[in-house]
Amino acid sequence: MSEIDSLRASMTTDFDSRNMDWYIDKIVQFLVFIAGISAIVFIIGIFAFITLEGFGFLLEDFSFREFFLSPFWEPSDEDAPEYGILALVAGTASVTGLAMIVAIPFSLGAAIFIGEFATGKLRESLKVLVELLAAIPSVVWGFIGLSIMNPLIIDLFDVPVGLNVLNAGIILGLMAAPIMTSIAEDALKAVPDRYREAAEALGATRWQVIYKTVLPAAKNGLLGAVLLGMGRGFGETMAVLMATGHAVNIPDSLFDPVRALTATIAAELGETAVGAPHYQALFTIGIFLFIITFLINLTADLIVRGIRKG
Amino acid sequence: MFAESPLNVRNKRIENLFRILFLMMTILLIIPVVVILATLIAKGGSIISIDFLFTDPTNGMTAGGIFPALLGTVWIVAVALLASVPLGVAAAIYLNEYAGDNWFTRIIQLAIINLAGVPSIVHALFGVGAFVIFFGFGTSILAAGLTLAIMTLPVVIVSTRESLRAVPQAFREACWNMGATRWQTIRRVVLPNAVSGILTGVILEVSRTAGETAPIMFTGAAFFLPFLPQSVFDQTMALSLHLFVVATQVPGVPENLPFGVALVLIAMVLLMNSISIAFRMYLRGKKKW
Repeated sequence: MSEIDSLRASMTTDFDSRNMDWYIDKIVQFLVFIAGISAIVFIIGIFAFITLEGFGFLLEDFSFREFFLSPFWEPSDEDAPEYGILALVAGTASVTGLAMIVAIPFSLGAAIFIGEFATGKLRESLKVLVELLAAIPSVVWGFIGLSIMNPLIIDLFDVPVGLNVLNAGIILGLMAAPIMTSIAEDALKAVPDRYREAAEALGATRWQVIYKTVLPAAKNGLLGAVLLGMGRGFGETMAVLMATGHAVNIPDSLFDPVRALTATIAAELGETAVGAPHYQALFTIGIFLFIITFLINLTADLIVRGIRKG
Repeated sequence: MFAESPLNVRNKRIENLFRILFLMMTILLIIPVVVILATLIAKGGSIISIDFLFTDPTNGMTAGGIFPALLGTVWIVAVALLASVPLGVAAAIYLNEYAGDNWFTRIIQLAIINLAGVPSIVHALFGVGAFVIFFGFGTSILAAGLTLAIMTLPVVIVSTRESLRAVPQAFREACWNMGATRWQTIRRVVLPNAVSGILTGVILEVSRTAGETAPIMFTGAAFFLPFLPQSVFDQTMALSLHLFVVATQVPGVPENLPFGVALVLIAMVLLMNSISIAFRMYLRGKKKW
């Protein structure tokens, strides 16, 4: 065999060598794949485990009519416990609704200011500030509702108790606003600069650029931001537990105390026996919450993706 | 010829009007929080001392310090980090380095968004069903930490992915051309260039984990314990739950105590976030490419 031939032989084996490194590479590829699909596994796991725990209730005591249409949540009534979440849904909806009325205009306004008007240092510091606001834990917000907002509302509106829809709605709005602001600002940033440049080249003022070009182009992203903020408010637990007054009630006014779905689970799970109908009913509320937030997130995702495709 | 026409003047005026309107909105978003922070400091600042941080609560939690709660939070955060950082970093490596742009990747992304969007109390229910009951960990630091790990996994994945994405593709190609395998490239080139970015995400996760209350209420955190946890199978007190307890469950608490606890909690969280942000800015200034 000539020298060239042997060299060629060694080269081909080189290219085809399945040595240690090759196997390690394949093993790692497999491991990171497992980690990659873990999020899917966990989402399915969450649904599976809360369904497993709530299953007994769904089979036996669950009545669709009572669960969704009865305003009476009286699970500890010994003779005839009633499991109606209508009042709880009304509580969650009223608080989240008010929170959105507070949060949407301010966070979209702030996003537009930070993303389109502010420049340089001002913009950076505002962004940092918004990020810090979003980091305040929900139990601290609940405490603020309890200890600062509560006396404030009693003083200002001359009502006996300040833990009500108004209190929780404002707290939740303040909580959701920074998150909505930063997602909305991302949506504005996703609009290509050439759109703005084209509009400016036609002589548009900054506001005209924003109003006629940027906002229409970012429409879906902004809607997504609103939906994600809503999902956050809907699923918030500690703040609404502490600031709503926690009374099962369909509210007539802003000053009525209410009780939210999430807060009910947080307040009652500790008092129930594992496997009891009440315990399983709380897990059934969990399934309901899971499905609603899943749908909100899915819708937000589809809306935001829609824009990227089109 | 270049004089401003009435239309120009009008448009300028409208622009300024909106600029001021949106500035006001931004300020109105920030002012309440500044007021709240000031109130917290004014009402709770008086109780904060080294003693407050490092002694046990006494007199049925109406006096004394918060040491067991502080320590418990450290335990829970440590368990959560140990579980979620390796998993989250690996998941981000898969998504950024291996996964193609197809329906399967989209489903993974949707799952991540949902994991972040599921209410914290539903995570708590999952923790109870899975870790406390099914896996038999009981109410323990381990169960609470794992529940929080799954809840905050999206934070790690998203921030790690951002920093992996910031490593230029040319770096990888250069490495592949040297005959390195994918994993060798990731380990020797991609990760070293992304590690500081990953760290900012981890700090952010610490802050998120430390502040969460609902997921640990039923999985491992106790209202009051007369002893410190000895292992991950013990229950523990936690700072966030302690705030809830002294604010709502204990009668006769002096007013400045819950304010002090809230102040410590918020200071801890904001400090972590500030470190993470400062670190990120420092890195951005240092970037060579």
